Amino acid sequence: MSEMSVESVDPGKRRFLVTMSSAVGGIAVLGAAIPFVVSMTPSARARAAGAPVEVDLSKIEPGMQLAVEWRGKPVWVVNRTPEMLELLKKNEDSLIDPASDNSAQQPDYCKNPTRAINPRYLVVVGICTHLGCSPSYRPELAPADLGANWTGGWFCPCHGSRFDLAARVYSGSPAPTNLVIPPHKYLSETKVLIGEDQTA
Amino acid sequence: MQKLLNWVDERFPLTASYKAHLSEYYAPKNFNFWYFFGSLALLVLVIQIVSGIFLTMHYKPDADLAFASVEYIMRDVEYGWLIRYIHSTGASMFFVVVYLHMFRGLIYGSYRQPRELIWIFGVIIYLVLMGEAFMGYLLPWGQMSYWGAQVIINLFAAVPFIGEDLSIWIRGDYVIGDATLNRFFAFHVIALPLVLLGLVAAHLVALHEVGSNNPDGVEIKKLKGEDGHPLDGIPFHPYYTVKDILGVVVFLMVFAAIVFFAPEMGGYFLEYNNFVPADSLKTPEHIAPVWYFTPYYAILRAVPPILGSQFPGVALMGVAVLIFFALPWLDKSPVKSVRYRGPKFKIALTLFVISFIGLGVLGILPATELYTWIARVLSVVYFAFFLLMPWYTRNDTYKPVPERVTDK
Repeated sequence: MSEMSVESVDPGKRRFLVTMSSAVGGIAVLGAAIPFVVSMTPSARARAAGAPVEVDLSKIEPGMQLAVEWRGKPVWVVNRTPEMLELLKKNEDSLIDPASDNSAQQPDYCKNPTRAINPRYLVVVGICTHLGCSPSYRPELAPADLGANWTGGWFCPCHGSRFDLAARVYSGSPAPTNLVIPPHKYLSETKVLIGEDQTA
Repeated sequence: MQKLLNWVDERFPLTASYKAHLSEYYAPKNFNFWYFFGSLALLVLVIQIVSGIFLTMHYKPDADLAFASVEYIMRDVEYGWLIRYIHSTGASMFFVVVYLHMFRGLIYGSYRQPRELIWIFGVIIYLVLMGEAFMGYLLPWGQMSYWGAQVIINLFAAVPFIGEDLSIWIRGDYVIGDATLNRFFAFHVIALPLVLLGLVAAHLVALHEVGSNNPDGVEIKKLKGEDGHPLDGIPFHPYYTVKDILGVVVFLMVFAAIVFFAPEMGGYFLEYNNFVPADSLKTPEHIAPVWYFTPYYAILRAVPPILGSQFPGVALMGVAVLIFFALPWLDKSPVKSVRYRGPKFKIALTLFVISFIGLGVLGILPATELYTWIARVLSVVYFAFFLLMPWYTRNDTYKPVPERVTDK
């Protein structure tokens, strides 16, 4: 102790060196964390599996729903009859977003009363916007369990959200928004490609 | 023998640690029934680690193989059924014991100064335990595993702006799949248990630093005898080791009864839908989390979407858990134990227990309009217990606290 003179210690310099080496060390730790954090994002294989899916519309009978898988999610394609399309106008007052103003829920080319490119065929992701359950297709009119005003649509068994045949959510449902319309485009009259946008 | 011990003691504080934490750790002499659950929580942790190690020897964390490997454990592995039922029963019993342990803290004011850090470590342990249980529940890859995880991960997607990317990062895919199962396995088996062990050590070190609270909420260190030990303290070993062994024996009897006679507990410990393999295209009719999460699930469902966003409900559910951290600073009462508190606290505590259990029941039931309204009322009661605490603990009437612990 006696040999080390007090004058030889420069507290300012010492503090500077400690602060700087801590800061540089901290940056190094952050940098080293990046590969680990990024390794948890979808791998190249998972991204490739998100490739578009082709659907043959001619196989869907009027009024029926076909479920296909795209990015591991159920996507429904429904062949809507003229009567079904007529009924869509009836319920607009009881919907949360009848005009599809929430642009996150569909591509711009589906922001129309039927939420479809071709009104006859609805293409929609079959995952409830509440907490991700898959609603059941209930096209029948006024079934006992859904009430006399039911004009067909989807009912989510998890928490009771209701959607009409354009996948628009009814007010009072736990789901806050309409079901998502995925990007899709027509390859021909009867072929639709899910996962790629319609170009003008 | 003594020479060997001396040799070790010169190199490692073996005798010193034994004295500091057992034979000369002075605990209040008036511990009661509620003081069993800390040591029982430690016991369940050991049971879970040991049974878990043996399950990993046969389990396959692969979306194509996981469900079948669990059935393989149940049918073909020698005593596999026993080890798995021990692990699944242990998960539920962990929460039973932890909830009772937390309730003990609540009634005797164990979170109060100078034990705030013990409480904070405890709440973090509770949070990590929830994560551990949630990730473990995905591993059997049944319908409830899959859709329960779907619901919980979508909670993160409700976070404004970053939610969608955050949920994809958690899943490692656009949907719950093999990537999700694999990483949950890693977290469940390695990451969270290590964190849990570290936190338990911190919880105990902090406890042994300040000393245990007791049913009277009296600081025994204030009155010391001539030998320097607290007058109302007795050495942890042998007095409380023997007491805790009694608790362990009774607990293991209950534990064994569940494992052998009711491992599914009527669908509450192991849900029936989880005996169906995960199917990403078909949602079960009714999704309910395992019983220990249902109070928070009921709070989540009680909040309607605001401005087209799920986030308020998700945030409120998060706050419902995190609010426990604030407890040491919300309580303004001059006494610790419920024994010397007035009617206002007792009523508030009773209402809180009713709301917690009530929300737990509602979280299991399907959400009808009536139930949703009851859940809203109970959620308000739940939060009122915490948020009004500074007011009602300040204005309560209190009984005088004795100098020394009582024998009751």
